[in-house]
Amino acid sequence: MGRNGECGVFLAFSAHPSLLIRESQRMELTLNLDALSSQLVIGLSRTMILFIVSAGLSFVLGVLRVPNVAHGSLYMIGAFTAYTIMAALGNNLAGFWLALLLAPLVVALVGLIVERGLLSHLYQREHLMLILFTFAIGLILNDLVKFAWGAEYRSVMPPEILEGSLTLFGLAIPRYNLFLLVSGPIVAVGLWLFATKTKIGKISRAAAVDRDMVGVLGINVSWVFAASFVIGCYLAGLGGALVAPTLSITLGMDHTVIIETFLIVTIGGLGNIWGAMIGSLIFGVGQSMGLLILPQYAVVFPYAAVVIVLLLRPTGLLKSVW
Amino acid sequence: MFKGIVGSRWRLPIAAVSAALIFAPLIIPVFWIYILTLIFVTALLAISLNLVLGYGGIYQFHHAVFYGIGAYTTALILTKTSLPMWVGFGAGPLVAAASGLIIGWFCVRLTKLYFGMLQISLGSLVWIIVSRAYSITGGDNGIHDIPVPTLLGSSNGVYYFTLIIFMVSLVVMYLIVKSPFGCTLQATRDNPQRCEAVGINVRRHQLAAIGIAAFFAGVAGVLFVGLERSVFPGLLFWVFSLEVFVMCLLGGWFTFAGPIVGAAVVVALRTSVSIYTDYWTLVLGVILILLIFFLPEGVMGFLLKRLEPRPIEEGRPLADVAG
Repeated sequence: MGRNGECGVFLAFSAHPSLLIRESQRMELTLNLDALSSQLVIGLSRTMILFIVSAGLSFVLGVLRVPNVAHGSLYMIGAFTAYTIMAALGNNLAGFWLALLLAPLVVALVGLIVERGLLSHLYQREHLMLILFTFAIGLILNDLVKFAWGAEYRSVMPPEILEGSLTLFGLAIPRYNLFLLVSGPIVAVGLWLFATKTKIGKISRAAAVDRDMVGVLGINVSWVFAASFVIGCYLAGLGGALVAPTLSITLGMDHTVIIETFLIVTIGGLGNIWGAMIGSLIFGVGQSMGLLILPQYAVVFPYAAVVIVLLLRPTGLLKSVW
Repeated sequence: MFKGIVGSRWRLPIAAVSAALIFAPLIIPVFWIYILTLIFVTALLAISLNLVLGYGGIYQFHHAVFYGIGAYTTALILTKTSLPMWVGFGAGPLVAAASGLIIGWFCVRLTKLYFGMLQISLGSLVWIIVSRAYSITGGDNGIHDIPVPTLLGSSNGVYYFTLIIFMVSLVVMYLIVKSPFGCTLQATRDNPQRCEAVGINVRRHQLAAIGIAAFFAGVAGVLFVGLERSVFPGLLFWVFSLEVFVMCLLGGWFTFAGPIVGAAVVVALRTSVSIYTDYWTLVLGVILILLIFFLPEGVMGFLLKRLEPRPIEEGRPLADVAG
């Protein structure tokens, strides 16, 4: 595609030591609406993935007060499971939907086992111990992934119907990105409906605010916690399954995600789902826009944004449930 | 000097361990000399983290960044400038301490988890810049074959150099912990409100502690350069910080010597288990979980509780039992 070619030229130029050339090139490209909007689409699709994963983290953090360091590993398991299902069923729609359906459930099952088997005995411990515990779980899960799938790079194609790109308003958008742009808000609305309209969602929100009072009312808080943890894991798995066709799936993919989602959750306000959305926007769009300005240091932009947000609003942009 | 500071029951074991370490190179094979040296370096890093984590109660989530800054400073001075070598070795800890004060200055405005998060994002900024600035730091490849003084040419030379610096640092850190400053720091951990009320500037004490910890992390980084003669961005990576964090909790973060045990366990485990299997982190994970369930105070915390069965007040950590 011509657009990619232009981007490539731009990348080559921006690495040039002469600032003058970079500056003029930059001006030209910021004016280039095509490059801008295609970067925006890429950034927004990344936002959606980050949102789904960090919403799960935020939910667990809000209700259980457990900073789940193993969340990235769960996301990785989701991606690998989706890969296996899609690879087994071939490049067709059935395989894709089945992967989207089953992979998060597999991850949720892992979460259920971890929660009921181990974590449920540790809620009285302090934060550092819980972080250490989830770190240990992450270590174990990572090695199990290595055992099951090996250390090679894996990749899957999206189903044919989501391959290629679609022209909208004179702009060619990859279909899979469009699919991600739709599925992010669906998950957000679904989560919102779950938290505000269903009984278990309401109970879990209440438990986030005052778990003792919920217990006093005769509700089994332990199972509320289990359900919340499983939902968080499900979302991690869903994020992993959705991201699978867009990148090479490999060990270590958990590391960047876990640090990004942690920061997203923090700047959004701990436990606040909409805050997670705003944080994801900062990360996803910030990075892809940064690519237009300073490609080599594009990753710096979201982190710098996080620093600024935390200095201005130390407890996050939106209200934390803590 | 240590009269009354180090409890009498600890003098003999400490003397015995020191003697064993001094004569170790005469007995054990070269490979294990290397492992021991690596343990010293890592243990120094872990103890410096514990200064703020265990004694200050500060959620220092990204400590490795100071280790990396120390190592990179030395490496850059040794490879890119013609300054004398001792300048490089001296500058590492100082730059690390300065960066600790800068990052700490931002972070002490926040508390607990938010403190940790801000530190992670600031530290990750440093990490990304280091791993992207190919023209200066070598980017992802790092810097290799760093020239070191001839003193550090042999494995025994490195061993004794590291051992001496390690011991001196330990003594200094121990004296800091036992000093009025150290006691105040522990007070700010246990009850920040009351400390504020009696006129202690909690944030300034925390900032000073972070600066000191960063300094010793920088010392560890410099020692790492002396040992490995290479630096790479992995030294500043967040996951490595978590690993150091684990060493503190594993060894016992309310004891002075705990992090040494934690570092020794992690380093020895990685080396010995990875000879037999690729899955050494699985083993570490299982050990950690067993520890959390059965020895929540860490190895040293458990041992000290066994050795000194004195009543421990409810809610008061074991910070001073090593004394």
